[in-house]
Amino acid sequence: MHPIVKPRTELSGALKKHVIQAVAFYLFATLVIASAALTILARNPVHSVLWLILAFFNAAGLFLILGAEFIAMLLVIVYVGAVAVLFLFVVMMLDVDFAELRAGFAKYLPFGTLLAIVLLAEIILSVAAWNAGAIAPQARVAPIAADAPNIQALGSLLYTRYLYLFEGAGLVLLVAMIGAIVLTHRKRGDTRQQNVSRQNRRRPDDATRNVNQPIGQGVEL
Amino acid sequence: MIGLGHYLAVGAILFVMGVFGIFLNRKNVIIILMAIELILLAVNINLVAFSAFLGDMVGQVFAMFVLTVAAGEAAIGLAILVIYFRGRGTIAVDDINQMKG
Repeated sequence: MHPIVKPRTELSGALKKHVIQAVAFYLFATLVIASAALTILARNPVHSVLWLILAFFNAAGLFLILGAEFIAMLLVIVYVGAVAVLFLFVVMMLDVDFAELRAGFAKYLPFGTLLAIVLLAEIILSVAAWNAGAIAPQARVAPIAADAPNIQALGSLLYTRYLYLFEGAGLVLLVAMIGAIVLTHRKRGDTRQQNVSRQNRRRPDDATRNVNQPIGQGVEL
Repeated sequence: MIGLGHYLAVGAILFVMGVFGIFLNRKNVIIILMAIELILLAVNINLVAFSAFLGDMVGQVFAMFVLTVAAGEAAIGLAILVIYFRGRGTIAVDDINQMKG
């Protein structure tokens, strides 16, 4: 009895894994598409940002199914933690009449829908016509090792072969940071600020005066 | 069984939705920036799906670089938006073409 039962449980285990994978894929895919649609259709931009956050969370779920754990975590940290909060901050900071900005919405709807349908049909047709077959194993630049964890594989690639590109990405972020600060920084006239060069230029002669004061006379200030 | 085609379909729909969003919200530049983020997310889904199904790690490295550029683009775009709003008091982008110099 034991040898018969054992393969059957293995088979059902593999089947269960596939079913769970399929259910998770369809759940995440449906949610990411639905929240993307609500991002561009929502009346209130704050709701748009919140739907965008949901879309990124579900895309991170899709990446987890694909085995790209590091990219998934990066998506949650970078987008939900930084970019979405930046968007939310700007939306709430700017005092804009958003109803006025939606004025052309109905006008652009038919043409936009037509364009979207044509674009989607083109993509589907071209992907269906594309058949490159399986990639040859020797053509892979960096094959995914079966035993190494995702983060280890990515890190060993990023810090060796793509080191200069990695540093370049860091440079892009630095330039973006400096650019954002330079763009939005403004000099305010009503605050007193330290002027270091003026402080250093100042000599004792400019600030003090030696007076040989006669006795019995008032001090001239 | 979920194959490569499923992920490519999700990426294609997301990409088209981003383009659609740019067309629908032509005045509201904040939504346009969010639609660009959706387009870049679709590209990332394609890159990671190909990486997983072809067994090549480089796709994930490239997805990371796309993520970096997307973050920088959002920061610079919102900074430009803030100074534009400071100067004009509105963010309607369809009269930016009146700027001179």
